[in-house]
Amino acid sequence: MKKSLLTLIFAALAIIASAQSRSALRINEVMVSNDSSLVDEYGNRGAWIELFNSNFAPLEISSVYLTNDSTDKRKYPVPLGDVNTNIPKRQHVVFFADGEPNRGTFHTNFTLVSGKDNWIGIYDADGSTLIDEVIIPASLLPNQSWARTEDGEGEWALRTGGANDYITPSSANVIKDTNKKIELFAERDENGFGMTIMAMAIVFTALLLLCLCFYAIGKIGSAVSRMNKMRAHGVSKEEAREHITEHDSGEIIAAIAMALNEHLNAHDSENTILTINKVKRAYSPWSSKIYGLREVPEHRHAK
Amino acid sequence: MSFGDFLYSNLLQFWELTGFANAEIGNFVMILVGLFFIWLAIKKNFEPMLLVPIGFGILIGNIPFNAAAGLEIGIYEEGSVLNILYNGVAKGWYPPLIFLGIGAMTDFSALIANPKLMLIGAAAQFGIFGAYMVALAIGFSPDQAGAIAIIGGADGPTAIFLSSKLAPNLMGAIAVSAYSYMALVPVIQPPLMRLFTTKKERLIRMKPARAVSQNEKIIFPIVGMLLTCFVVPSGIPLLGMLFFGNLLRECGVTSRLAKTASNALTDIVTILLGMTVGASTQASQFLTPQTIFIFFLGFMAFIIASSSGVLFVKLFNLILPKEKKINPLIGNAGVSAVPMSARISNNLGLEYDPSNYLLMHAMGPNVAGVIGSAVAAGVLLGFLA
Repeated sequence: MKKSLLTLIFAALAIIASAQSRSALRINEVMVSNDSSLVDEYGNRGAWIELFNSNFAPLEISSVYLTNDSTDKRKYPVPLGDVNTNIPKRQHVVFFADGEPNRGTFHTNFTLVSGKDNWIGIYDADGSTLIDEVIIPASLLPNQSWARTEDGEGEWALRTGGANDYITPSSANVIKDTNKKIELFAERDENGFGMTIMAMAIVFTALLLLCLCFYAIGKIGSAVSRMNKMRAHGVSKEEAREHITEHDSGEIIAAIAMALNEHLNAHDSENTILTINKVKRAYSPWSSKIYGLREVPEHRHAK
Repeated sequence: MSFGDFLYSNLLQFWELTGFANAEIGNFVMILVGLFFIWLAIKKNFEPMLLVPIGFGILIGNIPFNAAAGLEIGIYEEGSVLNILYNGVAKGWYPPLIFLGIGAMTDFSALIANPKLMLIGAAAQFGIFGAYMVALAIGFSPDQAGAIAIIGGADGPTAIFLSSKLAPNLMGAIAVSAYSYMALVPVIQPPLMRLFTTKKERLIRMKPARAVSQNEKIIFPIVGMLLTCFVVPSGIPLLGMLFFGNLLRECGVTSRLAKTASNALTDIVTILLGMTVGASTQASQFLTPQTIFIFFLGFMAFIIASSSGVLFVKLFNLILPKEKKINPLIGNAGVSAVPMSARISNNLGLEYDPSNYLLMHAMGPNVAGVIGSAVAAGVLLGFLA
């Protein structure tokens, strides 16, 4: 019974874990008409769809479905057995929507049509759970892409390939050359006062919370144990409340112990005899070397 | 080619691979540093468990060799044995394992019995942020300043963990600096403690701590982890492992696991951590002006941390009733450096009153300092990573 319950729990956790990871797949950037952009491994230019793994762990996407038809959710299953379908954390893969699935894993069996709205969806391996979808507007001109403003999140926007709205198949939609957070600290908190105030406030808050919590737990714990003690001695709850005393300190306990020792001569028995026994080792040719070995030296420091 | 030429060319080739042919002055300087660490550990008994592996690691890391030969022996060469061992430092998974061991070794009773001592552990973290401000003033970038400043937390694994995330290129110098100052705590702290306290304050006797029930000891790591990690999720690797180790110790049903975590596992990871940190201090990476600044900042951080702990207790005493006053000599223990700084509080207390034992009281801020520095590391990681 216990074993089957554990198995069930682990199975449920595994399902939840896999569901979480698949849901992190995002459509990130799409180009419908491609004259001068990305070239596939056959030297052809075609429509492409960039997917992004928004997880901070690798994501295996084989058996996920890509489609441009909401009535045919299982249109293009990403093939099994290709190592490249395992997308590293926060990385991208590009599928060419050229209707040539025999050219490899990353060539879909459908195409995108310029001059009209194109709907694209990704369905999970069950063929019914929608992971992500997007409608590419008909107004998109050749060599323009429709991309998220931030990788895996944010609004969709038109990219014309200019200096500020560059097209980035298979790489980040926003190219970051510096850490914005660090830049902001360097700019706004030159001397570090801001960081000190914020960080110390957080450190104090965390430890103050812990302090208050254990102050309360300690109080409740001592009250409960005192009440239990009183009850064990047959004192009622009301009487117990009246007889609540301070905790016995170690000094009080030591004084009671000394008084008992003095008056009753009560003491645990100690014979103060130290016996040193010789440990005999039975001789055998296999164990004889133990007599020849020196102990590992231990350096002792004078106190 | 004659046989003689053949022998000569091979021997010449071999000579070019030896340490003698590739030695630079920096290698010898670092070898001397390594020998000094080993001497400190063996002769002076300064943190021998750490300084012996680090010192010997420095020797290993500074044997000159011809990197162009592609022998895959250097610690920074992908796939070399040392590089594989160094992964635990570079990827930051040794420090949480050490924290697991620390948790399994630490008795938090003193802290649970007197929770207000936790605030001393928080106050001592001023050392980190004081050093952060000085580092910024010297010209370090905020992420580098954060990585260096954590030396003030007096917690080697925390320093290594944070520097591996924020400034991997400075990690060797930061780790060596953190462990060096931890070893020098008995030299650095007592003068500061004397400077900031009066004789009357040093004689304060604190009430003996109450007995802590087993239930409280079990609740502590669970509530402690939940509360601190909800406030600072970036501290999960360190705080999670620290409290997990402590639960193994206190729950009473996992004594085998607690024993392994606190003995064998900690020893293994300490050996690997110390040795690889030492080996990562190759002369070309270590002997830079930045290292001098890092050592200076580490020293500053320790001074500020120890002083702020003591001064905070004095301030705290202003609002505490007479019978609950805290001896400011335990303020220094807020900097972590477990249990060295708590022992210093005790020794100094005994110097002024031979019957005033402060050890158990000092252990409270001491372990609170471990939690505090892990929280501070989480905050820096959250803000700057």
